[in-house]
Amino acid sequence: MAQKVIAGVTVDVTEEGYFTNPAQWTRELAAEIAKEEGVQLTDKHFDVLNFIRERFAKGEALTIRSVGNSGIIDIKGFYGLFPGAPMKKAAKVAGIPKPASCI
Amino acid sequence: MKKLLILGAGTGGTIMANKMRALLERDEWDITIVDQFRTHYYQPGFLFIPFGMYKKDDVVKPKTSFLPVGVNIIFQEIDRIDGMNNHVLLKDGISLNYDFLIIATGTRVVPEETPGMKGPLWHKQVFDFYTIEGALALADFFKTWPGGELVLNIADMPIKCPVAPLEFVMFADAFFVERGLRNKVNITYVTPMSGAFTKPRASKVLGNLLAEKNINILSDFYLERVDNVKKVLVSYDEKEVPFDCLVTIPVHKGDPLIGRSGLGDEMDFVKAHKHTLQSDHFPNIFVIGDAGNFPTSKAGSVVHFQADVLTENLMCAIENRPLTDAYDGHSNCYIETGFGKGALIDFNYDTEPLPGSFPFPGIGPFGLLKETRMNHYGKLMFRWIYWHILLKGKEMPIDSKMTMAGKKM
Ligand SMILES: Cc1cc2nc3c(=O)[nH]c(=O)nc-3n(C[C@H](O)[C@H](O)[C@H](O)COP(=O)(O)OP(=O)(O)OC[C@H]3O[C@@H](n4cnc5c(N)ncnc54)[C@H](O)[C@@H]3O)c2cc1C
Repeated sequence: MAQKVIAGVTVDVTEEGYFTNPAQWTRELAAEIAKEEGVQLTDKHFDVLNFIRERFAKGEALTIRSVGNSGIIDIKGFYGLFPGAPMKKAAKVAGIPKPASCI
Repeated sequence: MKKLLILGAGTGGTIMANKMRALLERDEWDITIVDQFRTHYYQPGFLFIPFGMYKKDDVVKPKTSFLPVGVNIIFQEIDRIDGMNNHVLLKDGISLNYDFLIIATGTRVVPEETPGMKGPLWHKQVFDFYTIEGALALADFFKTWPGGELVLNIADMPIKCPVAPLEFVMFADAFFVERGLRNKVNITYVTPMSGAFTKPRASKVLGNLLAEKNINILSDFYLERVDNVKKVLVSYDEKEVPFDCLVTIPVHKGDPLIGRSGLGDEMDFVKAHKHTLQSDHFPNIFVIGDAGNFPTSKAGSVVHFQADVLTENLMCAIENRPLTDAYDGHSNCYIETGFGKGALIDFNYDTEPLPGSFPFPGIGPFGLLKETRMNHYGKLMFRWIYWHILLKGKEMPIDSKMTMAGKKM
């Protein structure tokens, strides 16, 4: 397993940079990872990140649509916060493993 | 009399009615099954209809033919489940009590979720093949289509039988080659996933197959709307894909009754335990098949494997024992690749599809994750097995738990 030093803290990550242990996540780390992705975090970002972390903790599937239906933000807004590939970027910043869409 | 109530008489409901009627004493247990429609559709057959390989008659039979004697059948739309009071309300106002409830109401396609999808071009140049109506309309369209941009789009995951869209484009390739039109038809596979498939090794093999067949892949495309005037698909990040014929796999949801009953997630899939199949809300409610929020394929093979586990666990619950059986996510799909060949994948929650042979190590007769003629016959045979063995809940020579025997790491 790979490790990465973010803002002076060592965390366990996959080769693609996704956390393997969500417990290692902090708001400060999130801000650093977001910067690497070219994203400046706002309160709205954190609302979304918290939702994603809660859902993950409950073992529930995560999709762009489920975030869009969360009542926190719509899909267009989600793309606005994390441009390009919102689910993947948000998962990385939220410190959870890469969401595999169910097959 | 105690009461077992089954909601939905599709693949899962029918199998469970057969299995449980064989196990529960007739003078102690009343079994009732409810469905809104009288016709049972062999859904995997829908894939073959647009290409004229199956007709409507090949995929429909009356539901009653597959349900055993001693099971009450009610044809009526279900309105809601009242889990607190152990009863189910039907649309016509009838209320049914239960001691145990099995939810098997499946999933449905909801083209209305995507703006413009059900616009003026619906079933004229925009088709689905996940409903009998869509598959038949597309068959008609293909009869005289001179060619152009053929685009297959998956609106979102999860979908039923996630390999069916891949099979569709490979069939389309073979179909237009045989018609001498392939040079006039450009085929593009547009998906919200990062590749042809989600699991890495299968994605690579299947991606290569598409490339060999000259089928383009556009990945990470998340559909926002269909523009009927410009005839383009538009993604949330404003990418556009032009089409002359769009074959869409619309957004899938559970039945609205699940939402009304407060038992589902925001897509109306029943929240349930992925190993025990028990509802997260009530210990006397269980779920099978497409209706659940299980992180595995929505497929007939999954329903079949889950049925063994559910039978076991339901008996445990009925006899007041801890639930002993656990579903491992086992799924098994034949993949039609065109020109009389097919591939096969076998996997579960933790193990991705791997190469090898199936079900007998080293012998097969089926090859895993490779194209063979035998795999194609497997898929064709599946229709017979489905009607005659699977729905009746009879034993098959495949274990409900996935095995590593015969697989190569
Ligand atoms: C094009 C296509 C290709 C496929 N190919 C394959 C394949 O190759 N291999 C494979 O294994 N699987 C395949 N599948 C998937 C397979 O058909 C399904 O996964 C399986 O049938 C699911 O069974 P189920 O019992 O969960 O739901 P279903 O069989 O869909 O049954 C649900 C039932 O519930 C009833 N119902 C729902 N809501 C209500 C209500 N409110 N009131 C009353 N009744 C209600 C419905 O009428 C229906 O009869 C394919 C599916 C499609 C569409």
